[in-house]
Amino acid sequence: MTKQGSFAFTGAKGGKKPRATARKTPKKKVATKPATKKAGRKKAAQPSTKKAVRKKAAKPRGQTTAQEMAGKQRDISVSEFFAKNRHLLGFDNPSKALLTTVKEGVDNALDACEEAGITPDIRVEIHQKDETRFRIAIEDNGPGIVKSQVPKIFGRLLYGSKFHRLRQSRGQQGIGISAAGMYGLLTTGKPIVITTRTGARKPAHHFELVIDTKTNDPRVKKDLEVEWPAEHGTRVEIELEGAYRGGQHSVEAYIRQISLANPHARIEFLPPNPSKTNGSVLFDRVTEELPPETDEIKPHPYGVELGVLMQMFRDTKSRNVRGCLQADFSRVSGRIADEICTRAKVPSKRRPSEVTRDEAERIHKSIQATKIMAPPTDCIAPIGEDLLESALRQEVEADFYASVTRKPTVYRGNPFLIEVGLAYGGSLSADDSVTAYRFANRVPLQYQQGACAITKAITATDWKAYKMQQPRGAMPVGPMLLMVHIASVWVPFTSESKEAVAHYPEILKEIRLGLQECGRQVARHIRKQRREADEEKKRAYIVKYIPQVAVGLQEILGFADKERDKVVNNLTDVLEKSRKL
Amino acid sequence: MAARKKVTRKKVAPRKKAAPKRTPDAVIQKKVQEVRKKNAKLNALTVDLIKETAKGVHQRINRQGKPDLHFPIRSLKNVSYSQKKGYFEIGRQKKTRTLTVNTVKSFAQTLRMMGLSKEMVESNDFATKRDAYYQSKNWEDARFDEQSESDAVMDDIEAMFSIRGVSREQLRFVPDEHGGAVAGNLVVLDPDRETGEVERIDCTRFGSGAYSIPSTVEHLSFETDAKFILAIETGGVFQRLQSHKFWQSSNCILVSLAGVPTRATRRFIRKLSDECKLPVYAFVDCDPYGISNIYRTLKVGSGNAAHLSQFFCVPQARYLGVTPADIREYDLPTHPLHDVDVKRARDALKNDPFFQAHKPWQKALNDLLKMGVRAEQQALAKWGLNYVIEEYLPRKLANPGQFLP
Repeated sequence: MTKQGSFAFTGAKGGKKPRATARKTPKKKVATKPATKKAGRKKAAQPSTKKAVRKKAAKPRGQTTAQEMAGKQRDISVSEFFAKNRHLLGFDNPSKALLTTVKEGVDNALDACEEAGITPDIRVEIHQKDETRFRIAIEDNGPGIVKSQVPKIFGRLLYGSKFHRLRQSRGQQGIGISAAGMYGLLTTGKPIVITTRTGARKPAHHFELVIDTKTNDPRVKKDLEVEWPAEHGTRVEIELEGAYRGGQHSVEAYIRQISLANPHARIEFLPPNPSKTNGSVLFDRVTEELPPETDEIKPHPYGVELGVLMQMFRDTKSRNVRGCLQADFSRVSGRIADEICTRAKVPSKRRPSEVTRDEAERIHKSIQATKIMAPPTDCIAPIGEDLLESALRQEVEADFYASVTRKPTVYRGNPFLIEVGLAYGGSLSADDSVTAYRFANRVPLQYQQGACAITKAITATDWKAYKMQQPRGAMPVGPMLLMVHIASVWVPFTSESKEAVAHYPEILKEIRLGLQECGRQVARHIRKQRREADEEKKRAYIVKYIPQVAVGLQEILGFADKERDKVVNNLTDVLEKSRKL
Repeated sequence: MAARKKVTRKKVAPRKKAAPKRTPDAVIQKKVQEVRKKNAKLNALTVDLIKETAKGVHQRINRQGKPDLHFPIRSLKNVSYSQKKGYFEIGRQKKTRTLTVNTVKSFAQTLRMMGLSKEMVESNDFATKRDAYYQSKNWEDARFDEQSESDAVMDDIEAMFSIRGVSREQLRFVPDEHGGAVAGNLVVLDPDRETGEVERIDCTRFGSGAYSIPSTVEHLSFETDAKFILAIETGGVFQRLQSHKFWQSSNCILVSLAGVPTRATRRFIRKLSDECKLPVYAFVDCDPYGISNIYRTLKVGSGNAAHLSQFFCVPQARYLGVTPADIREYDLPTHPLHDVDVKRARDALKNDPFFQAHKPWQKALNDLLKMGVRAEQQALAKWGLNYVIEEYLPRKLANPGQFLP
């Protein structure tokens, strides 16, 4: 699910809530609450919400009293908000909506399988109902979903298991699939259909759900027990208005790329026009091995914001500040907690709930001034150099492959890791700019290439040093495919729609180092290739022109053909000897 | 100068047949035989040199070594000028081309080009650069793809043999360029290539046209009673002097250079001057190009073909005009010097060994730079179309001692 979507949402929420509370509007539901943690960090959606509220109130241009206004002021449901601002979640246009739906489904399926330790087998079907209407089905062999949870997971926005933890996973908030369902409902009126089974001895359940956007609550339309051949797994079907497009932003390109970044997954894809592809397309797995399980980590103090820190003090179970710092953050020992408190001039025995805003600010500053060990990095699971390379080998036919997995590093207290894969030559076109596949936590990023730190790092690298052509400040030109993966417990995206990585200097630097490492390898290959071509040319040269030297001498000196052949032999010997082959 | 005004053409003395003493046939035949003998000797030398070079390569190969060829370096850096000799001379710097994988192609082409040359010497034939390029199309893999490649190889061979005293013409590679035009009191004796029968070409009898210098001139001999040779830069002035029979009134031979003189033109003037003991006067525009390119090349040869200068220059040539001093003296209409002109003049003063050896020239060039103007030959027409014939040239010719070197 889109993290940034959640940013936007929480931003909106955070922006609005204080007012709502101040005016004694009844408080809203709890499920969304923790989101306020990130309040203020991304405010992109906030102005639009505010405006909407304000404008309505201001319209009569007359003498509306505060009391009258109060009558119109009410809570906005998450679902309602996103139904209006669907572009925040990637449903801005029909073709993107279709892609986003597939994406959310597959991301969820992969996350579920991995968490349950099952090698993912995923099937994506797209059936075209008419010109603009499609029925999308995503089926996995995951652990299934417990019956009682199904309506909440699929029928409510911001419901899920992944938000309240810092851990590398594709989805985060649990908006995506239910948003897709909501989009389907909005455009076609058809409910989201879920079939799931949790084990061989359990029955399969079949649900039809709609979301009540007013209350952000699921309405179960149908709830049946059905026969299902698979022992466990989930199938989600959504019907929506969409458009099926080819090219860079196509569903197929997405599946191709996600299988590249998830070499352990087997994905079968049935396009809406199977006649062209002879039925479904299979993207087979390269390995049976699941990526290593990643640990959940606590936030590192360097990355924490003041507001979040204050919230943590309010919510903590510890009885004093020292304990709170030690228990709720990673890499904070008792000694370091003391150091922070001393520097902040806050008694370490102070009850966290009694810490004032000023004190919290001093603690926040003191944290930045204290030397704290970098966060643990074993919470990040790279794809791995070998798998990256085999995935590339399966994806493209090239002469040369290289891959690099960098050591994990930290930006703003968040551990992250960069991987770069590269394929060169072979079937790749030599005259075009290189293709760059961008990934964040194994999810391909298909939009906003220009805004992405990955693109920036590629164009800022001097590829001429690696024997490639490169117009000033642009992507290099040559028969090359680049693949850059950033894995992190928290990938910083530039915008709500989770399509481009933000330009943190630490991240840019790591990407550049990865690219350079691969670049050096490919330069070695190119040089070798050129040397060989040169050698080949010289050999051809010898065969071609030595006889001409002999003929020239024969013409002048008029010797016999036998002598001429002797000259050819001698000269060939001399020249062969002088070259190292 | 104030007295100078437009003048109308004076009546020329009644036309008298220019009749240089006719050389007796026996003398001509003797000359022809001499030339033939000389040529036969040169031909034998040329063939020997080619064979000798090839033999060296052959032996080296059979001894399992890498053969090499030596060429003199052709650039101004490797050029010297001595007033005594009177022409540019190529220095001793050489480049060696060893037969390696990278050079095997041009090495083969060089040898085949030498083979072509030998064949032509033996069959008494010749080829222009373009001819040679097309000839190479029979050479299978050694063929040239562009004429520029064959020209480069030819230049190398030419340079290689020139230091042994053999010219490109002797190698039977002839330039593909127009020779200059000749008119005046001169009979050119041109023996037929096959029969040896001598064609007598009277250069007074071309009417309003002129005799065109052939691309090779070694076999020619001359009869003349003219007093000097006048080499003229522009076709326009040549045309004027020719149609008004200036050669008759001044008893001279007119040669049109048409810009920088070609090798054949230079060689023709040199030969004519040497054999008939005639002084050569150059009449060119007064600008850095006329002085440092046209006149300099005529007199001492060109910088980038210094290996040829000993044959292709006219060290006895003197500079009649137009001089920078003339601009003032004759109050000539002028044009300002362009940047390229200034650059060319400065370059000549700084780098050209010829100008460095002659003080008067340095003074003249500096003068010109100071005035910042240039004047063309035809500027004299300001004083009347035929002013040049009636006033300027006679006046100048009265004092050849004052000509610039």
